[in-house]
Amino acid sequence: MNDPVLVEVQNVSRYYGERPAIRDVSFTIRRGEVLGFLGPNGAGKTTTMQVLSGNLAPSSGRVLIDGHDLLDDPRAAKAAIGYLPENPPLYRELTVDEYLDYCAALNRIPKPQRREARETAKARCGLKDAGRRLIGNLSKGFQQRVGIAQAIIHLPPLVILDEPTVGLDPIQIREIRNLIRELGRDHGVILSTHILPEVQATCDRVQIIHKGRLVLNDSIEALAHHLKSATLVAGFRQAPDIARLQALPGVTAVQAEDESRVRIFFDPALDPTDAVVRLATDAGWGLHEIAPEKLSLEELFVELTASTGNTTEAAA
Amino acid sequence: MIFTIALRELRTLFLSPLAWSILAVVQLILAFLFLARVELYQIYQPQLAALDNAPGVTEIILPDLLGNAAIVLLLVVPLLTMRLVAEERRNKTLALLLSAPVSMSEIVLGKYLGVLGFLFIVLALIALMPLSLLLGGGIDLGLMLAGFLGLAFLLAGFAAVGLFMSTLTQHPTVAAIATFGALLLFWVLDWSGKGADAAAQGNWLAYLSLFNHYKPFMEGLFSSADAVYHVLLIATFLVLSIRRLDADRLAG
Repeated sequence: MNDPVLVEVQNVSRYYGERPAIRDVSFTIRRGEVLGFLGPNGAGKTTTMQVLSGNLAPSSGRVLIDGHDLLDDPRAAKAAIGYLPENPPLYRELTVDEYLDYCAALNRIPKPQRREARETAKARCGLKDAGRRLIGNLSKGFQQRVGIAQAIIHLPPLVILDEPTVGLDPIQIREIRNLIRELGRDHGVILSTHILPEVQATCDRVQIIHKGRLVLNDSIEALAHHLKSATLVAGFRQAPDIARLQALPGVTAVQAEDESRVRIFFDPALDPTDAVVRLATDAGWGLHEIAPEKLSLEELFVELTASTGNTTEAAA
Repeated sequence: MIFTIALRELRTLFLSPLAWSILAVVQLILAFLFLARVELYQIYQPQLAALDNAPGVTEIILPDLLGNAAIVLLLVVPLLTMRLVAEERRNKTLALLLSAPVSMSEIVLGKYLGVLGFLFIVLALIALMPLSLLLGGGIDLGLMLAGFLGLAFLLAGFAAVGLFMSTLTQHPTVAAIATFGALLLFWVLDWSGKGADAAAQGNWLAYLSLFNHYKPFMEGLFSSADAVYHVLLIATFLVLSIRRLDADRLAG
């Protein structure tokens, strides 16, 4: 946690005309940290990424990257970032090598070192044998890799990846996630996605954005805590006696899903899992499944936005 | 950095068939017109020889060639400049340039120089035609130099207007049509004034006309006022392009 601060976002807002895309967003990223930026579509993820990468100017607030203000000293600030937008900015008519050489030149890598930079980036992104192929002929997964190679070719302290795994097959997704974890060792990485498991698989810290506001900024462990709800789902071979379940200590309500499955709501202070298992074996219901119910991302948003709504009301 | 961008623009042009077909078509049409003019000169050569103070071969062939070249290129330049920014915006590749440590002026100048490089290749190929007359006789190199300098200025102006139009939209065809319209308007502005000395009569519309500032060059006259006109035109549209791209970032 004592690594130097790479990015400082201070009270950034961005309006499209009258419509706010992000409102008063502040956060920091440290070196060696993978920050997951989670939100449903249209929450303001991409806008935040665009502001961070200098593609959009914030309407108010400021962004410091590696100590340089993005508006006052854009060149130094932009030299410290590598950015993969939602649609990888690829020139389809160039070969991978030509394209990466161009990116290296754009990022002011001195000529003698460009070849090495290009080869390193290719090796890291699994593009070793694709150097002479035309980008336009590559598959979506490979294009995505070229996009990532482009973002890391100049070894920027901060790598910004906007939905890097969209459109990839499961194997490619795993490879990209491994790559992101690896990048996280010596770069700061900020990654946006609307897929909850992706954040859990790759990130150290998570931020949730909803309707342009940050509603959660926490470590991944804390997120797991948020995700646990006070609900159990249990499946039985024989139809259980709802009344007896309801009578267990801590159980607040029991809802029958169908003949043999029930959803049990309970008081978080008194976890009735053991009691349910015991009751089921004693009664011979044939318990074959019991699990705490995890919140889906949508439910998490509802919970978080509802609770922040409450606190602001309380504060007011 | 500017040259890195310019070089890529130029290379990309030659990676598509567009550049080659433009070079071929322009060369073919102008060569045809050039040869027709040479033939005309051959027919009238005996009469011309009888005249005192007869116009030379350069004087007869070159202004005609330059005039035709200007018209043909007026049609062609919009096709070259239309994709400069519009296509990058459409393919969302602009983000690459915007997030690189490159300033907006460098991006605009790079793209401009890239397309200018191509236009100068066109210019060099056109220049080969009158130069080929050196095989059979002498030509007035001073007249030719002035004429091609004028054409270079003209093309640089065309390209600047085209680049600006390309920054306005994400549809290359819209950029092409807008450029074509703007250039044609600049070209025909002098029709309102009737005559080259319109400026003297205070007709500012005619004074703004591109054609009026190109004609003296065709006749071998280098006037710094005309050169300054072209430089101002180019600078204006380049600055407008930079401002326009900056506004994109600010206003989204």
